Amino acid sequence: MKNKVALTGNEAVAQAMRQINPDVVAAYPITPSTEVVQMFSSFVANGKVDTEFVTVESEHSAMSATMGASAAGARAMTCTSSQGLAYMFEVVYIAASMRLPIVFPVANRALSGPINIHCDHSDAMGIKQAGVIQLFSENAQEAYDNMIQAIRIAEHPDVQLPVSVNYDGFITSHALDVLEILDDETVKNFIGVYKPREALLNVNEPVSMGSFDMYDYYFEHKYQQVAAMEAAKRVIEEVGKEYAKISGRNYGLVDAYKLDDADMAVVVMNSAAGSSKGVCDELRAKGLKVGVLKPRAFRPFPHEAIADALKGVKAVAVLDRAETFSTLGGPMFADVRNSLYDLKNDIKVVNYVYGLGGRDLRLEDVEQIYSDLDDIIKTGKVDNFVRYLGLRE
Amino acid sequence: MSEKVLEIRWHGRGGQGAKTAALMLAETVAQMGKYVQGFPEYGPERMGAPILAFNRISDEPIHIHSNVINPDIVIVLDATLLGEKVTAGVPEDGIYIVNTTKTPQEVRKKLNIKGGKIFTVDANQISLDTIGRVIPNTPLMGAFVKATGLMPYDEFIKNVKGELEKKFKTKPEVIAGNIKAIERAYQEVKGE
Repeated sequence: MKNKVALTGNEAVAQAMRQINPDVVAAYPITPSTEVVQMFSSFVANGKVDTEFVTVESEHSAMSATMGASAAGARAMTCTSSQGLAYMFEVVYIAASMRLPIVFPVANRALSGPINIHCDHSDAMGIKQAGVIQLFSENAQEAYDNMIQAIRIAEHPDVQLPVSVNYDGFITSHALDVLEILDDETVKNFIGVYKPREALLNVNEPVSMGSFDMYDYYFEHKYQQVAAMEAAKRVIEEVGKEYAKISGRNYGLVDAYKLDDADMAVVVMNSAAGSSKGVCDELRAKGLKVGVLKPRAFRPFPHEAIADALKGVKAVAVLDRAETFSTLGGPMFADVRNSLYDLKNDIKVVNYVYGLGGRDLRLEDVEQIYSDLDDIIKTGKVDNFVRYLGLRE
Repeated sequence: MSEKVLEIRWHGRGGQGAKTAALMLAETVAQMGKYVQGFPEYGPERMGAPILAFNRISDEPIHIHSNVINPDIVIVLDATLLGEKVTAGVPEDGIYIVNTTKTPQEVRKKLNIKGGKIFTVDANQISLDTIGRVIPNTPLMGAFVKATGLMPYDEFIKNVKGELEKKFKTKPEVIAGNIKAIERAYQEVKGE
């Protein structure tokens, strides 16, 4: 049964967590994801879930406690944003290397400094090499759907990795949006009962976890994480197909929007992908061959799917809501450009860093990008391939 | 923006309930089967500071997530905000709904515009009479329904009552006051 409701992104994510009904949640509040933890704590207080809710004194402890619970054999979750994720940083790596299937929503927010509470993706980009699967969500619907699917992806025997579900702080987290939620029973059946392969509390099959690992095996263990990430690409697609059967909504590694005959493409994640689709529709109505590619998974990076989706276009703009200070563009730009390199068909790729600290992405900005791409195709020249959208000089 | 999407911009001051009104309007309209968005522009959150909130309403799913720049309808909760920021980006046939004791003609002069439709209602007095304190957000929803004719009044009241009952389970007196405020604003709003 489908149920159309009006919820904010945070409410949608909290509802997903209620339906997942994890064994343990350990969390520390931080804007803009505070509401998720706050609402979830009221579910605990009102007996709507069976969860052991652990109030901790910091995000470092939040991820540590979540990790401990997961290692013990529990389905465990946390939730954070920005500085909170930065403070979790070292524990996130450990959770990934211990192959703990922890699912945690991240309402994306800029990192200090200067201090700022609004949306960008610097928090998520800070853990892109931690070994965590990162899913991105265009709106409240996708944040909700990604949460449910994340459980199955994380716990899949070939994957066994943490999954973070990203959605834009304020833009998605605090905006009321219309979405469909599944009924509790459908979610319960979809995610199934968690049966950990190894658990510290399973006294019949004792295991050690988190042991010291020398140069003799550390390398192999790290490679196993790579193999799990590779497998995750297949699993994300499989779980997406299965989820389509219960929801009617399709999810893959990427969302290719009107790209089949496109000459120009914008590659962008989260809410800005929605705005780009809106502009794309208007330009299509004027006869321009434009499209949008939205990576849903950023880690693992779906480079095969991206190369396939973009192989026919002439010019691509990659939009990054984070800076790397490499002076070579944003994080997704590097990965997308790298993915297209072996096609050897001279696709021009430019980068736009946009929306840092919550700067609104205006529709005119996206129109300008397509217009720039049109110029690049006409002249065959790219003067400056790293650009800062709407930056005042 | 696309003609299919109706866009609304709320101008208020921190504490007047612009965000709450935008969200409640969205929830109420969503009950009627439409696609909606309701979101504020979060700035420094403090009492009295000018704030914006936005709605989009459509029969189709809405992709856009940027702030509303060219609103079809502008709702002003505080008449001291009347100025260039209120008229910015509004098309010729835009609708203005203003909480003020002044007449639509006086507001038109203040805004210095020729086109558009202007509606005024004394939402401060109405909320003081019906709710017991100055909280102009809910009465302005009544003015909105009258001014735009977007939805049948009875259906709107039924849905808004449902939303208020969810929010104020333990305070039924608040619900009655708010409903009365919406009714009065619906009747008293003046337009030209």
